[in-house]
Amino acid sequence: MAELNTNDGGGKKGGGKVRSKKQNSKVDLTAMVDLAFLLITFFMLTTTLSKPQAMDLGLPDKEDNPRDNTEIKVDQRRTMTIILGANDKIEWFHGLLATPEPGGKPTQTTHGREGIRKEILKRVASVPQVTGNKDKGLIVIIKPTAKSSYKNLVDILDEMAICSVPTYAIVNDFSPEEKALAEKLNK
Amino acid sequence: MAKVKMSKKAASIDMTAMCDVAFLLLTFFILTATAKNPEPLPVETPNSTVQSKLPEDNLAVITIGDGDKVFYGIKGREVRKRTLELMGDMYNIQFTDKEKDEFALIEEFGAPIEALKQVIAMKGADRNKKGVQPGIPHDTLNDNKENQLKDWIYTSRQANIDVQQEQLNFAIKGDAKEQYPKVKQIMDELQKQKVNSFSLVTGLRGKNY
Repeated sequence: MAELNTNDGGGKKGGGKVRSKKQNSKVDLTAMVDLAFLLITFFMLTTTLSKPQAMDLGLPDKEDNPRDNTEIKVDQRRTMTIILGANDKIEWFHGLLATPEPGGKPTQTTHGREGIRKEILKRVASVPQVTGNKDKGLIVIIKPTAKSSYKNLVDILDEMAICSVPTYAIVNDFSPEEKALAEKLNK
Repeated sequence: MAKVKMSKKAASIDMTAMCDVAFLLLTFFILTATAKNPEPLPVETPNSTVQSKLPEDNLAVITIGDGDKVFYGIKGREVRKRTLELMGDMYNIQFTDKEKDEFALIEEFGAPIEALKQVIAMKGADRNKKGVQPGIPHDTLNDNKENQLKDWIYTSRQANIDVQQEQLNFAIKGDAKEQYPKVKQIMDELQKQKVNSFSLVTGLRGKNY
């Protein structure tokens, strides 16, 4: 207790000694508490407790003259294409669009645990078994349409990190068939 | 009738414990505080589960939000000063020493270089008001005068090498609702200058997303 006992009990009484007056020395702390809470409120409101996170993204070199581009052939069993559409919609397929892999027909789904992640996780596990080489895992091709939002892109990149997809790329070219698919999705 | 006398109670409560707690919390908040920088272009970043933090220095942040506005921020006062000098040389605009010192204190700005003098002359509070700064011109179709973002990126990289002898890192801080092509435009701008690796600023998302 913030209380000071000013009377020294047990001291000798009497004998012309000047007795100090008994005082109630309880300090009123109300103002101090008020001030403390005011400052707490101030600091709580002005601080940013969480520093922003940074998602690292590496893009391939941009080639200015396309004739230098050598076509790299990739096993179609390994590729999964994800098209990001308007209003958080996703269309995905596994393999080639014309001849999809079993169970990999173009399908519309949503972001998150119950949507696209299930499909990615399934293929992260199954593709190395199909190719028979554990270095040849899934390749995800992310194709954001012009109507998709930045949030969709970050979400899907996050999904890549969550599912630990070995290889993924952001591609902005659409084949005519994919374009038709994207337009249907954005409708 | 005999009145029931209420026993007089002491009206003062003992505040010591409350005071202790209050000051304990106060101390905690003061020690963990990092002042929130006022942002001229507040954006709501998308969330992700990544755990890596944004570096504190050698960093330039390109903020994009509110339609198509682009703001630019460089960490480090000396780098900012040097960037302004180089930009001034490029656009033949002379900045006084006072203006350079003032610019060194501006965390983030978004104005065409022609209007930068007015922005520097403003008070900090006015500068950060919504709509005061129109954003940096970044029209990628016309490669020359309309694209000042390109020059800011170029000069700040130069300035960072001059001052810190290190490569400048880039981060893109986009609003979650921003359309993808707008963000892609910025990425293309960086890639044109052979900056192929950069960070995307995100908020933190819960573990069980």
